Amino acid sequence: MGWFIKFIDSSIGKKIVMALTGLFLSIFLIAHLAGNLLLLAGDGGVKFEEYANFMAESGNIPVRIVEIALFILLIYHIINGIRITSINRKARNIKYKKVDASANSTFFSRFMIQSGGIIFIFLVIHLRSFFFPYRFSHPEITMYEAVKTAFENPLYSGFYVFAMVLLAFHLNHGVQSAFQTLGLYDKKITPIIKKTGTAFAIIICLAFAIIPLYFLMGMGE
Amino acid sequence: MSNGKKMNLSLKIWRQADKNSAGEFKDYTVNNVSPDMSFLEMLDVLNEELIIKGEEPVAFDHDCREGICGSCSLYINGRPHGPKRGVTACQLHMRSFHDGQSIVIEPWRANAFPVVKDLIVDRSAFDRIITAGGFVSVNSGGAADANSILISKDDVEYALDASQCIGCGACVAVCKNSSASLFVGAKIAHLSRLPQGSPERHKRAINMIKQMDKEGFGSCTNTEACAAECPKEISMDVIVTMRKEYMKAIKEME
Ligand code: FES
Repeated sequence: MGWFIKFIDSSIGKKIVMALTGLFLSIFLIAHLAGNLLLLAGDGGVKFEEYANFMAESGNIPVRIVEIALFILLIYHIINGIRITSINRKARNIKYKKVDASANSTFFSRFMIQSGGIIFIFLVIHLRSFFFPYRFSHPEITMYEAVKTAFENPLYSGFYVFAMVLLAFHLNHGVQSAFQTLGLYDKKITPIIKKTGTAFAIIICLAFAIIPLYFLMGMGE
Repeated sequence: MSNGKKMNLSLKIWRQADKNSAGEFKDYTVNNVSPDMSFLEMLDVLNEELIIKGEEPVAFDHDCREGICGSCSLYINGRPHGPKRGVTACQLHMRSFHDGQSIVIEPWRANAFPVVKDLIVDRSAFDRIITAGGFVSVNSGGAADANSILISKDDVEYALDASQCIGCGACVAVCKNSSASLFVGAKIAHLSRLPQGSPERHKRAINMIKQMDKEGFGSCTNTEACAAECPKEISMDVIVTMRKEYMKAIKEME
C-alpha cells in the first residue's frame, strides 16, 4: 500500500487523481443534464417528478452506490485541487513585478481554482435547495414546484447562470487537460480533444443555463 | 538589417547584494542603444557606465551568448528571455524594443531557484535532479561499430528534439506553479526511448520525479506556458511522456 500512497501523493499522481475524478464528474454532468431537461417538457412537471422519485427511492441500489461514489470523488477532487494549488503557490514566495501571462497561456488554465471555488459555492446552495430536502425529508411541495419557485427568483437564477459560465470556464481547460494528464497527447489528436472539450463545456453549460431562464421568463406552468 | 537608429531606454532592474539581503528595483537609463545589439550587450553597456561612475555593475549569468549553454536567465517585461519566441536572452536583439520603452528585468522567481546576486539565481536544483537519474549507467568500453545498434528514425528524432533542452530554467520561471516538468520531461523523454537509456527508464522516472518534488517545484497544471516560452521550443509532449513513464514505473515503486 505504501507505494500506492506515494504514487497518488506525488506531484504527478495528484494530477492523475484530479484528471480521473474530473472526468467522472464530467460524465455525471451529462446524466444530470439529461434528467433536468425533463423540466422543459411543458407537462407541468409530470415526467420530471417520475424521474425525481425514481432517483430518490432508497431501494434504488445502483443509484445509491453511484451517489456515494460521486460525493467521495467530488470531495476528493476539491481537497486535492486545494492541496495542489497551495503547494504550487508556495513554490514561489517572491512574486514577479511584471507578468505577461496572456502571452503564453490561456486565461482559463490560470483560473481553475477561482472557477472551482465559485462552482463549490454554487454546489452548496444547489444541494441545499434541491438535493438534501428531497433526499432526506418529504417537503410539502413537489420538486418541480420547488425548482419553479427558486428559478422565478431573478437573484437565484442569475447566480445559477453565472455559476454555469464559470463551470464552462472550468470544463474548457479541465476536460482537455485531463486527457493530457492521462497521456493522450499528440499533434493530431490534441487539437481535436481541445475543440471537443470547449464544445462540451459550452453545450453542457448552455443547456443547464436554459432551465432557470425558462422559468424566469414564466414559461414553466 | 535595421535602420540603425539609436534608442534610449529606461530600465527597472532587480538589485540584490547577496543571497541573504533584501533586494529592490532600481531605475537606470541607457542611451544610444544600437538596435543591432543583443540584450546582454545592452546590459554590458549599462555596466560599463556603472563602473565608470564607480557603482556596482549588474550581475547576470551568461556564457556562450549564442543560445546553447542555457546560462542567461532574464525575466524581461514579464516573460522569460523576453518578447520573442524560440530565443534565449542572449539571442534577443534590441530591435525587438523601441525607443523610449521601459523594460523591467527580473531574475527567475522560484523558491527552488534562490537569487545569488542581482539577476543571478542558483539553479543547482536542476543538477540534483540530473544526479538522481538523468544519466545512463553503462561502461562505454571501446568505440562501437557504426550501426551496430539500430534505432528507428522516429525514436532518434524524438530523442534529439528532447535533447535540445539547455536547462536554462525558463520553464520554471514562467510557470505559475514554478513547475520543472518541462525540464524533467525533456530529460526523461531524451533517454527513455533510446536503447542505451531504456533499461533504466522506470528507475529514472521514479528518482528524477522524487527529486523534482523534493526540490520544491510545483506541479504541472497544463497551462502550457513553459512550452510556449521554451527557447528551444521543447513540446508539451515531453511532459506527457514523463507522466506515462511514471505510470509505467508504478510496478517498481516501493
Ligand atoms: S548565454 Fe548561453 S544561452 Fe544565453
